[in-house]
Amino acid sequence: MGTKGRFGIHGGQYIPETLMNAVIELEETYKKYKNDPAFIEELDDLLKTYAGRPSLLYYAERMTKDLGGAQIYLKREDLNHTGSHKINNALGQILLAKKMGKKRVIAETGAGQHGVATATAAAFMGMECEIFMGKEDTDRQRLNVYRMKLLGAKVHAVTSGTQTLKDAVNETMREWTRRIDDTHYVLGSVMGPHPFPTIVRDFQSVISKEARQQILEAAGRLPDVVMACVGGGSNAMGMFYNFINDKSVRLIGCEAAGRGIETGKHAATLTTGTEGIFHGMKSYFCQDEYGQIAPVYSISAGLDYPGIGPEHAYLHDTGRAEYVAVTDDEAVEAFEYLSQVEGIIPAIESAHAVAHAIKLAPQLDKDKIVIVCLSGRGDKDVAAIARYRGIDIHD
Amino acid sequence: MTKIQDAFKNEKAFIAFITAGDPDLATTEKLIAAMAQNGADLIEVGIPFSDPVAEGPVIQQASKRSLDNGTTTDGIFAMLKTVRQRVNTPIAFMTYANLLFAYGKEKFFARCNEVNVSAVIIPDIPYEEKDEFFEYANKEGVEVISLIAPTSAQRVGMIARKAQGFIYLVSSLGVTGVRSEITTNLDDIVKIIRENTNLPIGIGFGISTPDQAQKAAATADAAIVGSAIVKLVAKYGKNAPGPVGEYVRKMKKAVVKAAQ
Repeated sequence: MGTKGRFGIHGGQYIPETLMNAVIELEETYKKYKNDPAFIEELDDLLKTYAGRPSLLYYAERMTKDLGGAQIYLKREDLNHTGSHKINNALGQILLAKKMGKKRVIAETGAGQHGVATATAAAFMGMECEIFMGKEDTDRQRLNVYRMKLLGAKVHAVTSGTQTLKDAVNETMREWTRRIDDTHYVLGSVMGPHPFPTIVRDFQSVISKEARQQILEAAGRLPDVVMACVGGGSNAMGMFYNFINDKSVRLIGCEAAGRGIETGKHAATLTTGTEGIFHGMKSYFCQDEYGQIAPVYSISAGLDYPGIGPEHAYLHDTGRAEYVAVTDDEAVEAFEYLSQVEGIIPAIESAHAVAHAIKLAPQLDKDKIVIVCLSGRGDKDVAAIARYRGIDIHD
Repeated sequence: MTKIQDAFKNEKAFIAFITAGDPDLATTEKLIAAMAQNGADLIEVGIPFSDPVAEGPVIQQASKRSLDNGTTTDGIFAMLKTVRQRVNTPIAFMTYANLLFAYGKEKFFARCNEVNVSAVIIPDIPYEEKDEFFEYANKEGVEVISLIAPTSAQRVGMIARKAQGFIYLVSSLGVTGVRSEITTNLDDIVKIIRENTNLPIGIGFGISTPDQAQKAAATADAAIVGSAIVKLVAKYGKNAPGPVGEYVRKMKKAVVKAAQ
């Protein structure tokens, strides 16, 4: 299979002809600028002066002591401007959109973090912005909907299908086919047709570029385990990327097991999915025997997606990365645990990775090092977690 | 096996689309017969997909109604087997890559051959990815239809030269659905296609009125209508074969006028 943008057999460009020239233009623009010193400097400067990079690598001493095993470090993407790793990619793609002469950006969002990051970058760059978000997600993440509106974006509640992230992607793709000339689709994860999985991974790889350097400075050696939560997989791909060639480093992605794999109410693509073609890529998907995409579920709107980026599918196939499934209950417990033990409220997405760290760290020796990517902060989730605990808070 | 070119032997053709299983497969069978009797030259049967990214709301909702009723790819093949006892009109499938992939490419096209489905239209398989499907389809005598869009620009010639069956020219930007006006200048694209292939050209997306159909058939070789028919099915349900047949007859008449 020699077509473009492949990770093993995964990836490719399975999209309507109407969009082909747009992705070709994007690929050519990216090729032109990705090694251009002026472009790199412009983006680095934005990341530093606007987004607040580098983000901290924080030694979670109390958590480490409490768990009694491996030393735990948190890569604090939650401290970025807008509160998550999504800003890394949004700024990069908006710069590319500018270079292509686009005046308008559109984007899908699940939990709203990518929508907020895109709306922020668009406001900052003076571009028009429209965000597509599943109706169910606009209900459970009302705070982020209002944030996007504050930032000047128009938010469309998507009422088709399951009214969650996959449907938001469908609708953003449809909108892109309607209006291409002046519009760039800021895809928020390492998924979709080539070149998106590569572009988003490159923009997010700043996470592991910093973390690798930071841990060498702090501990004088490479970590033993690096882990992150996985929906489409952008913070995980960013966290893994610069460690892929360090064969001694275990890479672990944490998928959403929802109410439990056995209940069928989950979004654990690599644990239960099969090979398929959807949203522009060949990868693994939760689907039935006829290829109908399954309605998936997770307490976390950002992980509530029936597919996974093609590079993750490849890392899974080759065994370079491991993927585990974490339930709603475990994630909520981790959400509360990190809040109480470290005074850090994580996004419910990131809490899936924290939950696995809580399980894994005690099994490892005290001289082992684990880095957990804290992809976002949890302010947006406070009301939902309260509801989960039976406390009625109106956000 | 019926050749897709048979659909174009009467100079100007009318191509009609319906979503299989909307409202149920028994009605689909009657609809196919009604469309054939009333002059449809090629019938596109949509295999519903849970997430049809190239479709507008009308076909999205039809797909949902069909899937909610439990329609499966196997059920559609079985229905077509019955249809073939009384309808000889060429039939093409319109569906998404994942359904073919999940069914198994070899098995899917072998079954197309079995029920005499001459071609498949897969909107999420562009030129770049076509080899994955063309080979398996052609082995079973099934052709894969290429789409050309208003945004194809320098790609038109390349796509046309490798095309099979007929060219599906997308009339306008966006997804499927009825449009009051089609503003794209298609004459220039048709000219480039003609320079690169002798295959007939059908224009689709947005066509609903006899005037639009006549204009499309005059510009190219066929008018393709989907959403307007699916709307009638949504309105009349099991009683749709009558109104759909009438509509097809009217549209076919308009298309024939384009030849005169």
